[in-house]
Amino acid sequence: MKSLNSVVGLTGLTSLAMFAALPAIAQEHIGPTEQQATNWTAIGMFAAFVAATLFITKWASSRTKSAADFYTAGGGITGFQNGLAIAGDYMSAASFLGISAQVMTSGYDGLIYSIGFLVGWPIVTFLIAERLRNLGKFTFADVAAFRFAQTPVRLFAASGTLVVVAFYLIAQMVGAGQLIKLLFGLEYWMAVIIVGALMMVYVLFGGMAATTWVQIIKACMLLAGASFMAFMVMLHYGFSPEALFQDAVSVKTKLAEAGGATPEAAAKTGLAVMGPGTFIKDPISAISFGMALMFGTAGLPHILMRFFTVPSAKEARKSVMWATGWIGYFYLLTFIIGFGAITFVLTNPEFTDGKGGLVGGTNMAAVHLANAVGGNIFLGFISAVAFATILAVVAGLTLSGASAVSHDLFATVIKKGKADSKSELRVSRVTTICLGIVAVLLGIVFEKQNIAFMVSLAFAVAASANFPVLIMSILWKDCTTRGAVIGGFLGLISSVGLTVVSPSVWEATLGNPAGSAPFPYTSPALFSMTLAFAGIWLFSITDRGQRAKIDRAGFPAQQVRSETGIGASEASGH
Amino acid sequence: MDTPQVDRIAADPNYQLLKSRRSRFGWTLSIIMLIVYYGYVLFIAFGKELLAMPIGSSVITWGIPAGFGVIVFTILITGFYVQRANREFDELTEKVKREALK
Repeated sequence: MKSLNSVVGLTGLTSLAMFAALPAIAQEHIGPTEQQATNWTAIGMFAAFVAATLFITKWASSRTKSAADFYTAGGGITGFQNGLAIAGDYMSAASFLGISAQVMTSGYDGLIYSIGFLVGWPIVTFLIAERLRNLGKFTFADVAAFRFAQTPVRLFAASGTLVVVAFYLIAQMVGAGQLIKLLFGLEYWMAVIIVGALMMVYVLFGGMAATTWVQIIKACMLLAGASFMAFMVMLHYGFSPEALFQDAVSVKTKLAEAGGATPEAAAKTGLAVMGPGTFIKDPISAISFGMALMFGTAGLPHILMRFFTVPSAKEARKSVMWATGWIGYFYLLTFIIGFGAITFVLTNPEFTDGKGGLVGGTNMAAVHLANAVGGNIFLGFISAVAFATILAVVAGLTLSGASAVSHDLFATVIKKGKADSKSELRVSRVTTICLGIVAVLLGIVFEKQNIAFMVSLAFAVAASANFPVLIMSILWKDCTTRGAVIGGFLGLISSVGLTVVSPSVWEATLGNPAGSAPFPYTSPALFSMTLAFAGIWLFSITDRGQRAKIDRAGFPAQQVRSETGIGASEASGH
Repeated sequence: MDTPQVDRIAADPNYQLLKSRRSRFGWTLSIIMLIVYYGYVLFIAFGKELLAMPIGSSVITWGIPAGFGVIVFTILITGFYVQRANREFDELTEKVKREALK
């Protein structure tokens, strides 16, 4: 709030008092003060989006009667629609704001980062999507626990889901707070509460149908907005990438010179945006981080859940194809947007705080670029889209967390599969409210974290806990309950533990001195994934118990269903 | 599904063909994807200078086509799988299903 008040003119009483006391500063900021008008455009557009989505929620609520409707929209979503919704879940605010900001800050490194997010999709397509659809019903635990003892596997899967959802939610809530702070001039905590409240309305009343359609609308808006921004940037440079990159290099060189670097050092800094920089320090960090992103995609519960909203394995396969295409296209756009931010935003005093940073923080790169290339109206549009993005992703995450609690813990573990649809639905709604409150609190606690980085934490846990158990249970005939549960928890505990003692948390968050982190690498995935797989293997092959016999005997039937879809749950018919 | 039905489907030659072909195809493409991605990552770790090298007199480095190439490759290889699956694997699945329901 401090940095914001000093730069952007706001309507709040505090800022009025401040400007009255400091007329000189107020005059200097007449430009930014005009942004208020655009802010109303943004607020208007966002209000229109909220109105439209609430209308959809009302429509969806009339169709959300059973647990199946709530979790999977009755299985009636097509492959194309689901592809857009998956892409929407994936093109989160962290991707859009975080990656374009990263490209603006470090150039090429941002591209490396975004590629990591994309390469998991083919693996999902080749090994998981169809089998998941054929085996599951509501949650990925349905698949992981298919032939195993329900209670322990569901307990594990629910833990894995909730940990991933928590990390991902933190990133989204922090993004929401920052964005609305900039847009509305509200206190951070108020912004976070608004997101929490709206998201609860979508999920509570509209379930998966509302969540999916909110996601589809937002995905279309985001793709259109990002396309327009990239188009305007390229138009400015006569569609010559060479001219864009050339200009970006000279901007970075000038900034380095202004920062007191020698001309030679400045030229080197300028050129550095065109090649790999410090993002990948050592090969182990590089491989480990790559594994987290690649396999994490295949273990994100809110993404996996989307495969149950389509009627068949064929549609599931089509949806990943569409999702991969949209997401790949989107990352190409964010790269251009990031470079556009270097040349349009970093050079404009209206957007910079005079200390090398941006008004509202680095993550606002894309938002400022929208203003630069499309004026006030387009700034309003992109701000509304970014906010809508956060809302939609948060709703999907909450739904997935709520289904882990109601379907996996309540209906299967506590009620032993004897819960009726009505009480299951009630538990999911109560959980949604609890998760909403927790998300708001976590958002406030983690205000100062980099949002793109928080998402990579979620990926590390998804890759190390959910993915190994899922793939081993589907593909390895000798996998047993004991192996899956022990291996899964080893991956879960080690990935969280190693993250805590890694530099990004140990030093940056907990404030220990630099270099003191016991675990030196960026991502734990290489070690925690290996540990999970080794654990599953060792505790399965040495398993001679009675349960192990049942687990192994169940494999042929599971395989027939996973390969052919015979016996798979059908769309509930709307 | 009851055990006799599972045994019957498991013994169906079309089922075995579907299983082995899809499994081989899926794993082969997965390994190709892993090689492409980790090849790129290891290149960044060990061959930074090469990727940061400008193409000719341009400011554009070799890293740009390499990175964009990985993105395009990812989309293409997914499309390649889906195309074959839509044609061949769905057809085999239909045959197995017809046989099973007889």
